[in-house]
Amino acid sequence: MTHAEAPTAASPTASPPAPPLAEAIGLRRDFDVSRPLLARLVAGEGRRRLRAVDEVSFAIARGETLALVGESGCGKSTVAKLMVGLYPPTGGRIRFDGAELGALASRRAQAAYRRRLQMIFQDPYASLNPRWRVRDIIAEPIRAFGLLPDRAAQRARVAELLTQVGLAPADGEKYPHEFSGGQRQRISIARALASAPEFLVCDEPTSALDVSVQAQILNLMKELQRQFGLTYLFISHNLAVVRHMADRLGVMYLGRIVEIGPAETVFATPRHPYTRLLLEALPDLEMTGRARTPVGGEVPNPIDPPPGCTFHPRCPLANARCRAERPELARHGTVEVACHAVEEGRLAEGAALPVAPAAGA
Amino acid sequence: MPLLEVQELRVEFPTRRGVLTALDGVSFAIEAGEVLGVVGESGAGKSLTGAAVIGLLEPPGRVAGGQILLDGRRIDGLPYEQMRRIRGREIGAIFQDPLTTLNPLYTVGQQLAETMLTHLPVNPAEARRRAIRWLEDVGIPGAAQRIDAYPHEFSGGMRQRVVIALALCAEPRLVIADEPTTALDVSIQAQIITLLKGLCREHGTAIMLITHDMGVIAETADRVAVMYAGRIAEIGPVRDVIKHARHPYTVGLMGSIPSLSARVERLAQIDGAMPRLAAIPPGCAFHPRCGHAFARCKSERPELMDAGGSSRAACWLHAADSASAMVAGAPREARPGDARPGDARPGAARQGVADDAR
Amino acid sequence: MSAAPRSPGRLARLLDSDIAYSFLHSPVALPSALVALLCIGGALLAPWIAPHDPFDLAGLNLLDAFTPPVFMPEGRLGFLLGTDDQGRDLLSTIMHGARISLLVGFSAVLFAMTLGVAIGLLAGYVGGSLDAVLMRIADIKLTFPTILIALLIDGVVRAALPRELHDRVALPVVIFSIGFANWVQFARTVRGSTLVEKNKEYVQAARVIGLHPLRIMASHVLPNVLGPVLVIATLNLGFAILAEATLSFLGVGVPPTQPSLGTLIRIGNDFLFSGEWWITVFPGLALVTMVLSINLLGDWLRDALNPKLR
Repeated sequence: MTHAEAPTAASPTASPPAPPLAEAIGLRRDFDVSRPLLARLVAGEGRRRLRAVDEVSFAIARGETLALVGESGCGKSTVAKLMVGLYPPTGGRIRFDGAELGALASRRAQAAYRRRLQMIFQDPYASLNPRWRVRDIIAEPIRAFGLLPDRAAQRARVAELLTQVGLAPADGEKYPHEFSGGQRQRISIARALASAPEFLVCDEPTSALDVSVQAQILNLMKELQRQFGLTYLFISHNLAVVRHMADRLGVMYLGRIVEIGPAETVFATPRHPYTRLLLEALPDLEMTGRARTPVGGEVPNPIDPPPGCTFHPRCPLANARCRAERPELARHGTVEVACHAVEEGRLAEGAALPVAPAAGA
Repeated sequence: MPLLEVQELRVEFPTRRGVLTALDGVSFAIEAGEVLGVVGESGAGKSLTGAAVIGLLEPPGRVAGGQILLDGRRIDGLPYEQMRRIRGREIGAIFQDPLTTLNPLYTVGQQLAETMLTHLPVNPAEARRRAIRWLEDVGIPGAAQRIDAYPHEFSGGMRQRVVIALALCAEPRLVIADEPTTALDVSIQAQIITLLKGLCREHGTAIMLITHDMGVIAETADRVAVMYAGRIAEIGPVRDVIKHARHPYTVGLMGSIPSLSARVERLAQIDGAMPRLAAIPPGCAFHPRCGHAFARCKSERPELMDAGGSSRAACWLHAADSASAMVAGAPREARPGDARPGDARPGAARQGVADDAR
Repeated sequence: MSAAPRSPGRLARLLDSDIAYSFLHSPVALPSALVALLCIGGALLAPWIAPHDPFDLAGLNLLDAFTPPVFMPEGRLGFLLGTDDQGRDLLSTIMHGARISLLVGFSAVLFAMTLGVAIGLLAGYVGGSLDAVLMRIADIKLTFPTILIALLIDGVVRAALPRELHDRVALPVVIFSIGFANWVQFARTVRGSTLVEKNKEYVQAARVIGLHPLRIMASHVLPNVLGPVLVIATLNLGFAILAEATLSFLGVGVPPTQPSLGTLIRIGNDFLFSGEWWITVFPGLALVTMVLSINLLGDWLRDALNPKLR
C-alpha cells in the first residue's frame, strides 16, 4: 500500500453493462422528532416521525460522479450519511460492489468495506480533531484498518498523501488551527484517501469555502478522481458546482429524488418543474441586470408534507391529480422524472413555465 | 455630490501583538439610488466596511483614519446618540441572520411601528397602517393578520422579508445589506434579491450590497467594488468588472467561479490564500499570489488608478509609467506558464498552496 | 509565522498562548498562584522543612504547652506560631495538617473527576435511555447535600467495620465520601460538551472509519471536553478541602492520629475561650488562605478559558 494507485482503478470509459460500484435501493430514513416523554404525556400526543429520506434509489458506476442537489431539508446530507453507515437506514438497502452492507455481520467483514468507502465533510473547522497533529489525523484510517504496521511506512505514506493534496510533508507536524480553511479541507481529503478507498462520499465539501479556494479544492478533487479512478457521491446545494463536477445528477425535494439522469441532459433540458425553477432561480454571472421571476413559496415542513406530489403547492402546473396522487419516477429517455405533468405531456418540452403561484407561507 | 462618500478609510484593531490594520485606504462613493456591490472573500474587510459606515464596529476595532461623509456631512466619530438617529432614519441595515435584527419579544408590527414612530412624523394609528402596507409590499401573505405575529412564527425567508421591511420603513436613502441572502436557500435567495432591488428602485434607495456571491452581485448591482486584504482591488461598473476584469485578483476570482452555462474541465485557480491581517505583504497585498508581479509590486503599494473603461484598479500593470514597460517586455519575474489576465491558468495545482499559512 | 518545518514545542506554544498572557496580566492569577504554590509546597515538603516533628513523641515537652506566638510577650523564637496543649509546634502541625488536607482534597477531586467524566462521556455519547437513567441518578444525587452523603457513608462504614479497622480505612473512606458527593458537576459538564463534540465532523470521520465507540470517546471526544473539567476540578479542590475540614471538625473525618487542618481547628476550638486562641485561629487562617487562593485561581481559569468573557 505504499504505492499511490488504488488497487482497482477502472478506466472512466468502462463499458456500460459493468455493475454499479455503489447502489441505493429504496432507501428510507425516519427521524424521531417527538418531544420528551413527559411533554408528550402532558399534551396527550403521540410520537412524531420525520421522513428525511423516502424511497431513494440510485446507482453509481465506477469512476463516475453522481451529484445530489436540493435545498436545505431535502434529505441529501442524510443520504450521504446513510451511504457511509453513519445512520442505519429505516428501510431499503445499500449495496457496495455487489455486497449488501447491512447484511455484513462481523466487524471484520464490515471493516473490509469501510476501508473502501470514505467521506469528505462540509466544515473544515469541525472535521479535524483540534488536539491532534495533522500526521496523526491522516494516519488514523491507516492505523484503524491496520494497513501499515510499520511506523516508518506510515510516516512515508502520510508524507505521500500530504503531497498528493498539495501540502508539504512537513505540514504533518502541525496542528489543524495553523491552517486556513482550504488547507484544512485538503487535510480532510488526505485523511479520506489514506485507506486507498474507491468510493468517496462528499457532503458539501466546498460550501464553507471562498470561491477561489473552492476552485482549488474542486480542481484537486477532479484530479484525484482521474488519478485514482475514484467514484464520488457529491452532495451540494450549489448547482454551478454540481454542473462542474457531476456526470449524473439527482435532484431531491423533501426526501425524494424528483429527477435523475445524465448531468448534461438534466442541465440542458430540465423536465421536472422543480428542477426548472431551481435552475431559473440561480443567479449567474451572465445575467447582469437581468430581471426574472423567482420561484414562489418555500419548502414545506417535512414533518407535515403536503399530500400527493410534495411540490404541488409551489408548482405552476399542479392539478387535482398532483394534489392527490404521488408521482413515481418514470423513464423519459436517459432521464427519470417523478411528475404527472411531464408524464401526461402537460408542458411541452422546452416551453417556458407559467408564472409561479403567489408566494404562500 | 454622492450620497455616501468614503475617503481613505482606515480601520484598526489593537491587539496584544500589535495593531492590526483591517481596512487600509478604502475609498468609494455611492450615488443616490445606486446599488454598489462589495465583494470579497472572507477576511477581505467587506463586512467591516459596512459596519464602519453605520458606526457599528465591534470594539476594539476603531476608525483610525479617513472619513465617511453622508451628503457631505461627516458621520464617522459621531456621538452614539446622533449615530443612532442616523441609523434607521438615513441608513438602514439588513444582516445575514434575520434573528439578530428582530427582537423575539415583540411582534413584527410593534417593531415596524416603533421604528416609524422614532424616525417619522406619524401617529401610532398611521404607523400601524403603514406597517401593514410594508408587510404587504415585502410579500407577506395575510399581512393584516400576520402583523401581530412574533418573529419565531415566520419561516427564514419570511423573516428576512420582515427585516427588509424594517430596514426600509423609515425611508432611509441608503441600505447596507450584509450578506442578506447567504443563510437562505437558492429559490428563496432569488425572491429576496428581486424584492430588495424592486423596493429600493421604487423608493429611490441606494444599496450597499455586501456579499461573497458574485452571482447575486451580477444580477443586482450597478457598480461593484472587489476587496482584497482590507483594500479595494478594483471598482467599476458591474458588467466591466465581470466581463473585463482589470486586476489580476479579480481575473482569478471570476475564473474560479463555476459557471452554469459552460462546463470547463478545470477551473482557473489562484494559488495560496488571502494573507492574514498580521502578515499583509508590503507593496501590493496580492503580489505573492500574482502571476504578473514585478519589482514595483513588492515595494510600492498601488492606489486605485484608471484601468480602461470606467473601471479603476489598484494594480501597477495599469500605471501610466509602467504600461510602457509592460509593452516593451514581458512582465518581469512572472512565473513561466502563467497566463495574462483574462486567461484561465492551467496546471499549478500543487505549487505554493502549502505556503499560505506561514 | 516563521518558515520552520516543525511547529514550535509544547512549552513554547504554551508561553505564547492567550492563557499565558492572561495569567501574567491578571491582577489575581499570579498572586493567588504564588500563595497556592506556597501553601502546597509547604504542605508537601513538611517532613523536610517543618521546624519540628510534631509526631515525634520523644521530642515533645509538656512544659512547652500553650506557648503563645512569637510576637506575644511570652512567645519563644523556636515556636513561631506558638504551641498547642501537648507542646507541639503549631507551624509544624499546620504544615503536616495541610498535607493531609491536600491529600484528601486532591484524591477526592481525582476520584470525583474520574467517575464524573466517565459517566458524562457515556451518557453524552451513547445517549438514549442510558443517558436518561444516568442523568436522573445525577438529579437524585443532587438532592442530597454533600456533607450528608459523606456522613452517611462514614456512618455505614463505621457500623460495618470492626473498631480496629476504622483508622486504617478512615482516609480512603473520607476520600470516597467527598469524591462521591461531587461527581455530578463533572458528569453534567462533560455530558454537555460531549453532546456538542459528538456531532462535530471529526467524530463522524472516526465513526466512518468504524472505530469502536470507546476508542472514539477516549481519543477524540475526551481530549476536547477536558477544558471545562480542569476549571471545575480546580474550583472543586477548594470545596473538597473544606468538606474534609468540616467532616474532621465534626469528628467523623480523618483519624486523630493523622490530624488535618479540620482536626486542628476542632482541637483548638476547646481552648478558644480560655485565652489560647492561636491553637484554632492559625489552622483556620491556613485553611482560608489555601482554599481562597485555589478558588481565585479557579475563577481566573474559568474566565480565561471562556472566550465569551474576554
